[in-house]
Amino acid sequence: MKRPPHPNPPPSRGRGQRFLDPPLSRGKGPQVFHPPRKGEGVSKGYPPPLRGRAGGGGAPLANRIDQTFVRLRERGEKALIPYVMLGDPDVATTEALALAAASAGADLLEIGIPFSDPLADGPVLQRSAERALAQKVTLADALALVRRLRAKIQIPLLFMTYYNLIFQYGDERLANDAAAAGVDGLIVPDLPPEEAVPLETAARAAGLYLIYLIAPTTPPARIKLIAKRGGGFLYYVSLTGITGSKLPALDEVDRSVQAIKRVTDLPVAVGFGVSTPEEAGRIARVADGVIVASALIKRLHAQPDPASRLAELAAYLKSLKTALGPR
Amino acid sequence: MARSKPSSRPLKARKPGAVPDAAGRFGPYGGRYVPETLIPALDELIREYDKTRADRAFRAELDVCLASYVGRPTPLYFARRLTKTLGGARIYLKREDLCHTGAHKINNTIGQALLAKRMGKRRVIAETGAGQHGVATATAAALLGLSCDVYMGTEDMARQSLNVFRMRLLGAKVIPVDAGSRTLKDAINEALRDWTTNVRTTHYILGSVLGPHPYPMMVRNFQSVIGREARRQILREAGRLPDALVACVGGGSNAMGLFHAFLRDRRIRMIGVEAGGLGITTDQHAARFATGRTGVFQGTKTYVLQDPNGQIQTTHSVSAGLDYSAVGPEHSWYRDAGRVEYVSVTDKEALEAFDLLSRTEGIIPALESAHAIAHAAALAPKMSKRSVMIVNLSGRGDKDVQQVAKLRGIEL
Repeated sequence: MKRPPHPNPPPSRGRGQRFLDPPLSRGKGPQVFHPPRKGEGVSKGYPPPLRGRAGGGGAPLANRIDQTFVRLRERGEKALIPYVMLGDPDVATTEALALAAASAGADLLEIGIPFSDPLADGPVLQRSAERALAQKVTLADALALVRRLRAKIQIPLLFMTYYNLIFQYGDERLANDAAAAGVDGLIVPDLPPEEAVPLETAARAAGLYLIYLIAPTTPPARIKLIAKRGGGFLYYVSLTGITGSKLPALDEVDRSVQAIKRVTDLPVAVGFGVSTPEEAGRIARVADGVIVASALIKRLHAQPDPASRLAELAAYLKSLKTALGPR
Repeated sequence: MARSKPSSRPLKARKPGAVPDAAGRFGPYGGRYVPETLIPALDELIREYDKTRADRAFRAELDVCLASYVGRPTPLYFARRLTKTLGGARIYLKREDLCHTGAHKINNTIGQALLAKRMGKRRVIAETGAGQHGVATATAAALLGLSCDVYMGTEDMARQSLNVFRMRLLGAKVIPVDAGSRTLKDAINEALRDWTTNVRTTHYILGSVLGPHPYPMMVRNFQSVIGREARRQILREAGRLPDALVACVGGGSNAMGLFHAFLRDRRIRMIGVEAGGLGITTDQHAARFATGRTGVFQGTKTYVLQDPNGQIQTTHSVSAGLDYSAVGPEHSWYRDAGRVEYVSVTDKEALEAFDLLSRTEGIIPALESAHAIAHAAALAPKMSKRSVMIVNLSGRGDKDVQQVAKLRGIEL
């Protein structure tokens, strides 16, 4: 096997090349493909004891995400993972929507934290982020929201945001604060595994999972690598495109999900473009969960007032959940 | 086919220790912060680009294009009257404004369009701020028979309507971007989204030393023809190397193109000029090195203008081409290392320089390049009369005439 490039290459002795040698990269070179060892960090005291499961007898405690997928598997159900945007239209509504989602059948919940330049998102989530940013919401607001939600609901909560917000907050600080608040995983669409080592390491140490994305363009060897690095579940992007685009032929999605499942035991959830219960049910035949973001946000935004938003969310999620089993 | 002599010398393979490293890092900057969907395309681009660097046929094709189509080498012109007016260093202008389409941008678009063709991609897309990169991409696409879509913020379309029409004449589709600040950064977001969607059939011709690896390296290498020529020309004209190089920095491709051939000559001062807009004490500017800090934006880690939470700030400059919230990662590295100095010039100073060069030399510069002229005008009088300065005149000002008239309340 080819060795990865030396992290700290010897200075070149070419004529006049002195300046071109990296003067600032002593110690840490390119950190490509050095997966943290399995279990590293996970057993170091986090996650904090889950409600009613204090202790654990020395064995590593499972993250809520693991527990949820195990439980769903036992019941023959597939995971419904809806998405709410923090602060669209305001934080109080987001909180009410999150609680309503949990009682309407959401198995996990993604909380989007708006970024000014969401380059993986389609128009629906872009507009949603714009409305949310008008409320000036921050990562700190997201953490506070999770602390409030944790007093009431126990489904796994995932942050979905872009890397610059996390980078400015600090990888370790975010991982620790998020874990302490009760977050279970992070989804960062602009952070491929090559760039994710600092955050992944911090997250694992804090007992959080960094959820990796796999795209239709990802070649088999790379799927293996991502699967090895990943934890919690793998997020299969159902299409080559941005969130909320039209789904491709579902047979194609099936084949890709099967290909991923051949190389990993991790659950695979499918997102980007899922909108109807029929699509969700069809995808859930092979996948372990479906993520519904743009379609949900679009429905919510079409409602005139907060009460009808909650009703719409409940009705829509229930229809999706029914399609996801048990079977 | 006769091999033309003048321009692009063989591109050398990366040596150990060369920048960027294999992960696209310039020290702590650079990298590839993009959605997973794009990673295989970037990998393919790196492979293909590496192959072409060793390929004589590709280099010959590029050389012929640069010589007989772009018009390289561009002259290095001694600005006699400007030098006399300022009364200091002898000022030479690297006349990139004389390139076909009127700016340095075409050095890169021809290279990338040839690469796209080799990769079997039939469609190219681009973002554009001032419209110069869009025009240069549309031109290269027309030359090579590729279909071409250009993303442009609606704010930029309004102030650069001439270039919008030029792109359409060249057969490109201009897609308005009506999001965020409606300028360059939003056009890049939209181009990246398009590329994410159509990655199998489309090549994204990024216009500056920005974005995910390999773009900062590849665009720099295609633009480094500027500095290689200038080096040869100044040795011939002045008999020695220059004391200072001055270039404007939006993303930073014309500056990197000029600086790269001189980096090893540590005695030579290099100065990048950012857009100071209404002044760097206001929030209406694009001086990333003056008030920005390290962040991750549009695929790369670099200096970024952002709020305390990491939301990207909007920028302002009279010149659309400098109106951008981040800067090429290699610039960030040279800035930290102290190899290149970065200063800023306000809209007002740039407009004064626009007039100065027009009247003393009969050359109307692009408003972007006018920023470099403005700093040169401030610096030259402080230098000895024997010293030599090269200013990169990255583009011509025809595209800005309408806007300048409007600023002066003149209806054309």
